Amino acid sequence: MPATLILPLLGLALAAALWAAATLLLANETPILANFAPAEAFRALSRLAIDPVMWEHIGVSLQRVAVGLAAALAIGVPAGVLTGVSRVFAQATTPLFQFLRMISPLSWMPIAVMVLGVGDAPVYFLLAFAAVWPILLNTAAGVAQLDRNWLMLARSLSATRAETLFRVVLPGIVAHILSGVRLAIGIIWIILVPAEMLGVSAGLGYFILDARDRLAYPELMAAILVIGALGFLLDYGARWLYQHWLHKG
Amino acid sequence: MSARPATTAPAPAAATGSSAVLDAAGLSFAYARSGAGFGEVSLAIGRREIVCLLGGSGCGKSTLLRVLAGLEAPAAGTVRFLGQPLARPHPRSALVFQQASLLPWLNVFDNAGFGLDFKHQPAADAAARKARVREALAAVGLAAHERAWPAELSGGQAQRVALARALAREPELLFADEPFSALDAITRAEMQALLVDVVRRWHAAVLLVTHDIDEAILVADRILLMAGRPGRIEREWTVGIPHPRDAHAEAVTALRLNILSALREASATGVPPSPTPDEEPST
Repeated sequence: MPATLILPLLGLALAAALWAAATLLLANETPILANFAPAEAFRALSRLAIDPVMWEHIGVSLQRVAVGLAAALAIGVPAGVLTGVSRVFAQATTPLFQFLRMISPLSWMPIAVMVLGVGDAPVYFLLAFAAVWPILLNTAAGVAQLDRNWLMLARSLSATRAETLFRVVLPGIVAHILSGVRLAIGIIWIILVPAEMLGVSAGLGYFILDARDRLAYPELMAAILVIGALGFLLDYGARWLYQHWLHKG
Repeated sequence: MSARPATTAPAPAAATGSSAVLDAAGLSFAYARSGAGFGEVSLAIGRREIVCLLGGSGCGKSTLLRVLAGLEAPAAGTVRFLGQPLARPHPRSALVFQQASLLPWLNVFDNAGFGLDFKHQPAADAAARKARVREALAAVGLAAHERAWPAELSGGQAQRVALARALAREPELLFADEPFSALDAITRAEMQALLVDVVRRWHAAVLLVTHDIDEAILVADRILLMAGRPGRIEREWTVGIPHPRDAHAEAVTALRLNILSALREASATGVPPSPTPDEEPST
């Protein structure tokens, strides 16, 4: 086994050992904490892995990620292109964007629920709102950094406007958009769980609160493991896409 | 004996009338802000002729190339390509820049074939386009690297792909703007030899812009010395030294000294080192 695989596995095993030791120690004073031990969590996990209800929660959460990301792309890419192309637009909006970007998206939760009602809509809104900034800013940077020589090349080939846009400009900024997507996925995944703790009846965030209310603590820990693993896989996928596009694998 | 070693051979049948690929008369160009540019340039490039435009930085030689290639419109004068007035880059011309400017999302093969299917290019079916790309890549020695990505190439290899991209268009005239100046000396020498070799096989003419006297001497059939502000063509040499030229050191050295002294002359008399070039001449 190569060292690139051994060391990460060793790190994970060490963390699990610390986790086991901590629950063991703490359970002496607070017996209920024994429910949070790794052995319990993994037993619950193997049970949940074949439970269709769990897969439904995962499906709902992933769908929310997809919708939020799609909305953020639909708004962020055109706005980013505009920012990259138009100095006036960029100067007018940069302070506003930097201001909005620094507000935790969850702060908008009460307003979002009041305006959009209880259900999926406010969750989508929060996710899109959180994810739009890295996409927008990366797209704008991509347009600004577009290699001028590529544009000259297009002109030397007498490219039409459409050929320049679709064969040079858009492919030329895909790498930037993808690195924005990777950041956006990270943010969405972090915002998703708390956003699902309010006013919805499915999803991993909901499942955590539900497990707590059912006193199903091993399941709660299992859900945390699932959240971590899925987030890791999403990030891995985004990184793979990025590198695949750049052919630097 | 070294009086005029370079101008003895007959000029390549070219440079005048209908046999010219490119014919420019009375060209001038000035950048609005700096006033830099060139004035009153007339030149012709014959079929299969390799012409080097030699000059220091800022003399307007790259701008002249852009105007001749149809990338910029001149302030005055006309450019004719194969007898037709030029309004935009001609499909039978190709450009190579200092940077290879390969598109990183396309592999070597697709980079070399980039633009062949554009609307303003001569129509050719996919099989013919592929054959041309394959032939061009083989000529620059990259037949085995068709599937490689630009990120995997060295600087010299990338510039070879750029050259193949130009050759695949089967150009009558290849414009090259300092194409080798970003390469190390050994790679540069290889590329210069390769350029001479492939343009002969493709029957293409070349306009090569360079600030490197040695490059001009090694490659050119004819050297145009550009100097002044605004830039003009000050001198012209026809180079009759047979290839490979490094085997004719004496003739090369003599021509080199000749060009150097012309450069000195141009900078002594041609341009007064005036700090106020924009003012009216006072008499």
